[in-house]
Amino acid sequence: MKDQALVQIALYAALVAALGLIPPVPFVTGIPITAQTLGVMLAGVMLGPWRGLLSMLLFVFVVALGAPLLSGGRGGLGVFVGPTAGFFIGFPVAALVTGWVAQLLKRQPLLLATGVGAFTGGILVLYLFGIAGFALVTGNDLLRSMQVMSVYLPGDCVKVVLTAIVAQAVHRGLPRAVATRQA
Amino acid sequence: MMTLYIHRRSWLHRLPAGLKLLGLMAASIALYALSWPWVSVVFLMLVMLAYRSLGDHGWSRLWVIKPLIPMFILIFAVQTWSQSISAATLMLLRMLTLIWLANLVTLTTRMDAMMDAVMPALSPLRLVGVAPHRIAFTVALFVRFVPVLMAVLNSLLEAWKSRGGGRAVWRLAIPMLINAIRMSDHVSEALAARGGIHLPDTPNV
Repeated sequence: MKDQALVQIALYAALVAALGLIPPVPFVTGIPITAQTLGVMLAGVMLGPWRGLLSMLLFVFVVALGAPLLSGGRGGLGVFVGPTAGFFIGFPVAALVTGWVAQLLKRQPLLLATGVGAFTGGILVLYLFGIAGFALVTGNDLLRSMQVMSVYLPGDCVKVVLTAIVAQAVHRGLPRAVATRQA
Repeated sequence: MMTLYIHRRSWLHRLPAGLKLLGLMAASIALYALSWPWVSVVFLMLVMLAYRSLGDHGWSRLWVIKPLIPMFILIFAVQTWSQSISAATLMLLRMLTLIWLANLVTLTTRMDAMMDAVMPALSPLRLVGVAPHRIAFTVALFVRFVPVLMAVLNSLLEAWKSRGGGRAVWRLAIPMLINAIRMSDHVSEALAARGGIHLPDTPNV
């Protein structure tokens, strides 16, 4: 793997970390939303599926080593056995699917391709992992887990839209920076 | 950068990282395999005692679960309603035990010790062109990037506020990302100029 690829991978992992250090914003529904999963979806869209995956694996790895880089300054091995563990563990796959779907749709308008990709990866896949993890850790059944986690959906949908907007804006300035749009 | 490791002289600190990780895995399996309630209570007590062994303020470290308390209450309530108080209590005990135990490993293990313990497991990645020393480099680069990105974000926020920005703060994500990409390009160039990522013990020109 080329050096430049590794630098990009480190960069997007750092972006997710930096977004996690932003304090949660109180959303209309009362549930505070964090900016972190925006970075996950951006990693998928901008780096493409495989490098996006590696970037999020790096992030998860360093958090496991003991870095407090998850929203709220959380980190270490404790986060992998808590109720929200599924979400963090799902970051790599979410980035992978986001990138893959966005790439599949590369002939479509950018906003659509990245929006659908971000939704598939950042919501469908990520919530799959999150809900499964929640059910496993707390011993609740899947339906109950889904009901509990659904409160975060509105905020996350906003982030999907944001991902698309940011990707489009960056593409205007630096077209080569969006891997899922390259021919 | 900030880590969750705290420097103390405790028996846990002296244990090798690999041993602690294996111990954590074994304890987790035991906790779920042995389903009698008293087992969970005993485990919990042992873990809490282990925190005491960290030193005078050992028990203050138990507050690591503070951000999760609202969720714990919710889960407990949901579980009591859908199953029973005893099921909910058992679940809560296990969850607390596991989180505290895992966190204990993090508190007592330096990041580099943890990485050294795990590196052998990552050596198969050589086959896809990612040698261990390159992983180590990427980790170091990641860690180095985080405060830089934070600084970029903060300066953008300051400028935004001084221009009376307000509502649409999310727009800052765009210049932040463009900035970050440019920075990573510079780093790649500098890296190439120095001959790329060197093997350890190889002098950099």
